[in-house]
Amino acid sequence: MSSFGSKQTLRFNPGENTFKNRVNELSGENVDLCFQCGACSSGCPMTQEMDYLPSTIIRMIQLGLEESLESKTIWTCMTCFNCEVRCPRGIDIANVMEALRQLVLRKKYNRVSLDDLTQEELRELPQIAIISNQRKLTA
Amino acid sequence: MTRYTYYPGCTLKTTAKNFEDSTLASSEVLDIELVEPERWNCCGTVHALATDDVMHHLAPIRNMIRVEELKEQDMVDNKKMVTLCAMCYNTLKRANEVFKSDRDKKKKIHDTMYREDIQYSGNVEIVHLLEVLREGGWDEVKSAVKKPLTGLKVAPYYGCLLLRPRGIGIDDTDNPTIMENLIEALGAEVVDFSHKQKCCGSYHTVHMKEAVADLSYNILKQAEDAGANILVTACPLCEYNLGPRQTQIRKQYPSFDSIPVVYFTQLMALAFGLDEEATAFEANKPDPMPLLTEMGLMEKNKNGSNK
Repeated sequence: MSSFGSKQTLRFNPGENTFKNRVNELSGENVDLCFQCGACSSGCPMTQEMDYLPSTIIRMIQLGLEESLESKTIWTCMTCFNCEVRCPRGIDIANVMEALRQLVLRKKYNRVSLDDLTQEELRELPQIAIISNQRKLTA
Repeated sequence: MTRYTYYPGCTLKTTAKNFEDSTLASSEVLDIELVEPERWNCCGTVHALATDDVMHHLAPIRNMIRVEELKEQDMVDNKKMVTLCAMCYNTLKRANEVFKSDRDKKKKIHDTMYREDIQYSGNVEIVHLLEVLREGGWDEVKSAVKKPLTGLKVAPYYGCLLLRPRGIGIDDTDNPTIMENLIEALGAEVVDFSHKQKCCGSYHTVHMKEAVADLSYNILKQAEDAGANILVTACPLCEYNLGPRQTQIRKQYPSFDSIPVVYFTQLMALAFGLDEEATAFEANKPDPMPLLTEMGLMEKNKNGSNK
């Protein structure tokens, strides 16, 4: 039995929500802990480039909406961990975004290609930029 | 002289050579010897966050074997690995934590690296040079200063990976002071500003440079408005997004002029009175020389140009 102060969660379709379960397993997080306070979205520096706010993505997963995989948001997240240090429910949201990206990337999807870059850009960009870009956005 | 294993990472050998040169020269002044292993490999630059991803922890962990080898050969005094790049620091440290806390992953990593002479013990400690300086005491740094950086108004820019996640960062996530302490020890003025922990856009600089320029502009503008005339950073990617990317910023924000961005080790080399090879400012964009000559901290180049 839960007592006051323990982490109570909302449970959407328990047991049947396979999409949510996959995301939870791959991220190591429990998205049901989210109560939509919006702290992650308010601290996120990239929301102007996103179609859904990070907190909306979390709600979509709670509801089992696989459309979250088609959002621009998961590719815009740059894992700066700002959301993670702000979440009062202890959800590592960057891990959740990574899980969503991985679900897509593991079907051999590439979000970006180095072929789009000019020789000059390839020469000037620091290696860490190119390596991390490829690690996060390609299969 | 304390001898540490030094992990440079890929970018310090190329676009951030000025970071390495200034580090090696200024560390020597402080009796810190940085011993680079003969063969180290890329850390992978980002920590693998998916729970089933073990493969991407191999590269960072393999580097820790190099530390244990150096210790066995008595080439270093401890099992600390000193990093400079914020991405290397974060990736290595987090992989080390995974290795130490997850028995299943630890076994898989050991099984995969069976051809290494040493089986990694988990006892290597990943530190950032700033932590080594703090441990030695700011008075040590202060006593090495020959040319106090009077007049320089320095905004410390931490970015993400030196401070987050909580427990991994080198200092308090919300209220860091480590760079401020260093700047003060070097005789410069600290300029506190609102965006010191905001992300610069990181690897999106490759395919979303306009969005990165937006973020970088906000950071630089906030620093300038707070009264800074220079920013310091500890990450070659932050340096790129805040420095060379100012060309892109000016395309989007024509009213923006420019503000120099340098590595903290370059300011150390300057304050310690080291030569131009050590300060290595010629690689920085925009050029910090006009500001530094104006402040009387540098003399104009012999050929008369400030580039």
